Amino acid sequence: MVKVKTTKHKMPEQEPKKRIKNFNEVPYGYDKETAIEEAKRCLQCKKKPCTEGCPVEIDIPGFIACVANGEFDKAAEIIKAKNNLPAVSGRVCPYENQCEGLCTVKKISLYAEPVGIGRLERFIADYERNKGVKIPKKAKPTSKKIAVVGSGPAGLTCAGDLAKMGHSVTIFEALHAPGGVLMYGIPEFRLPKDIVNAEVNYIKKLGVEINYDVVVGKTITIDELMKEYDAIFIGTGAGLPRWLRIPGENLDGVYSANEFLTRVNMMKAYRFPKYDTPVKIGKIVATFGAGNVAMDCARTSLRLGAEKSYIIYRRSELEMPARAEEIHHAKEEGVIFKFLTTPVKFIGDDKGILREGEFRKMKLGEPDETGRRRPIPMEGSEFKMKIDTALVAIGQSPNPLIPKTVKGLKIGKHGNIETDKDGRTNIPGIFAGGDIATGAATVILAMGAGKRAAKAINKYLKLKK
Amino acid sequence: MHIILDKKELAPNVKMFKVSAPLIAKKSKTGQFIVIRIDEKGERIPLTIVEKDDKIGSLTIIFQEVGKTTKELGKLKKGDHILDLVGPLGKPSKIRKVGTVVIIGGGIGIGEAYPEAKAHKDVGNRVINIIGARSKEFLILENKMASISDEIYITTDDGSKGHHGFVTDILEELINKKIKIDLVFAVGPTIMMKAVSEITEPHRIKTLVSLNPIMVDATGMCGGCRVNVGGENKFACVDGPIFDGHKVDFDSLIKRLNTYIAEEKISCKMH
Repeated sequence: MVKVKTTKHKMPEQEPKKRIKNFNEVPYGYDKETAIEEAKRCLQCKKKPCTEGCPVEIDIPGFIACVANGEFDKAAEIIKAKNNLPAVSGRVCPYENQCEGLCTVKKISLYAEPVGIGRLERFIADYERNKGVKIPKKAKPTSKKIAVVGSGPAGLTCAGDLAKMGHSVTIFEALHAPGGVLMYGIPEFRLPKDIVNAEVNYIKKLGVEINYDVVVGKTITIDELMKEYDAIFIGTGAGLPRWLRIPGENLDGVYSANEFLTRVNMMKAYRFPKYDTPVKIGKIVATFGAGNVAMDCARTSLRLGAEKSYIIYRRSELEMPARAEEIHHAKEEGVIFKFLTTPVKFIGDDKGILREGEFRKMKLGEPDETGRRRPIPMEGSEFKMKIDTALVAIGQSPNPLIPKTVKGLKIGKHGNIETDKDGRTNIPGIFAGGDIATGAATVILAMGAGKRAAKAINKYLKLKK
Repeated sequence: MHIILDKKELAPNVKMFKVSAPLIAKKSKTGQFIVIRIDEKGERIPLTIVEKDDKIGSLTIIFQEVGKTTKELGKLKKGDHILDLVGPLGKPSKIRKVGTVVIIGGGIGIGEAYPEAKAHKDVGNRVINIIGARSKEFLILENKMASISDEIYITTDDGSKGHHGFVTDILEELINKKIKIDLVFAVGPTIMMKAVSEITEPHRIKTLVSLNPIMVDATGMCGGCRVNVGGENKFACVDGPIFDGHKVDFDSLIKRLNTYIAEEKISCKMH
């Protein structure tokens, strides 16, 4: 058996007690020496199971071999050949279910940890950004014009790839800032906005133009875009919040996760009154849900001064969909988890301000269609708890604006745009990918969808000629 | 960036801008609104489109200086720029020939009542306008409203012009006179829209109101603007802002509008 260190090299982090007082990034990232040492843990398997686990198919052993040799520029080139936003994916990917989940090193022993692929990707992306990003050679201009709707991870990736293929690409973004969920959803302490801006700048340097404040479906329609562009990619995400549908949900103090996070992240309400957008947070905050968005809400609440921040989840710890790292960080920071609990109603005072929640205990039954055990309410188990703020993070649905305004576009039963695996919709020339097609998923899956769609669009444009 | 083409002061702390926004001007329809952000540190606020000019590609907006953002906006001059301007947002009004329409505008809401009244006049409805304000200097667009009215009534809270009292007094009078009213449209302070809806409900007069909840993105992604309409949660930014006044839960809307009163004060003080 090959001798290899069985655990990942640690990434230094801000102390939990300190970090809940600021919005600075939690992990500091590897230094050069640690990165090289971690890269040396890679066995350089010929079969590359890690690459198979990567939705954008980065040549992982290839770039890691370069890191081990200290050839960081070359490592960056290998990553960038497949991934336009490595500083993002190196921070927010659920590696444990993807590349790192399939790493051979994990098989050495029961306790062996995979190579820290995400950490190494992040190290290289940060190295390259600090040094000044190199713009790769682009293909000869094709004179084909493509409109990309939405500047989230799917749209940015698709746009970047199409630009590299020589096409002229314009992104239309409804908000005043780029990045979609990278900007409004994921908090600074997990993904600094300077880094998002730097990644977006790279896409712009590839020649992609971004038009802000354009709500496609309102300011301009898909039909109008079709007249001007040779193809369209729709990457408008899953931005429609789901609600608990319980009494008291309109009380003052109840936010959708989207509203809460948009105020804090995109509008920088955590810097109010220096920035104009306010956000109101009480002493006791309850976040409903247990995905990454819920963890972000609960951890953000602490940073805004909440004394107690609860995660309230109707299933058990085992079924939580959030990344292991986020759950770990939330626990370290003092987020309190209440499992097998569901809200029944929110109770307010005469001014309509949230004061209390009524909850019910749950038990787990048989697995449902998602494979997770179904929560069953326990009659008579109701109890009340004082809460000042409720953050509803139980998921998002595809944004309905475009599906509603394009005639003849085939829509799935969840309001998603139906596509094949390469992002083709039923209308020739219109492609879609990311959460608008799949429903709320991960950043890296959206990037993968953007990539496949770019290839399909390229093929379509060649045939069209 | 959107240049301010013209600026006028209509009343104390009430200003009118004509701003350049060709794409939005081309698309906007009666009843829709825009969201603006003045600068990098700014918040996003919704404003109604009062008029548009396709030819020069401009929009007219009217706002009252009530807090930090509107005060800052009021300081901008002709030739200055507004950083972000998004729209047209919301569902357009459904204007059709129904007969007699009573349009009620309160305070700054007169600015929103005007395009509605004009659209109804244009399709051939008989338009009765009731406009009201605190006192006569706060009455805006009086001549414009008069020019498209079959009848116009003016009210002031202090009696400095027209009827001494509220717009609702006139509405009740019209109903008591048994004038046939086919539709009432009200826009202004939430409390006024509530009062109007309560008056018309027993008479089964269809009443539409243009709601003004707190908004952030105004594209339907956050639900900050949600209102209970007929027992169902609606997002005013995408499902509205115009709703059936008899179905709106005004009390919870009024409470939600107070959410950030303390923060707004802090922000204003910093200004």
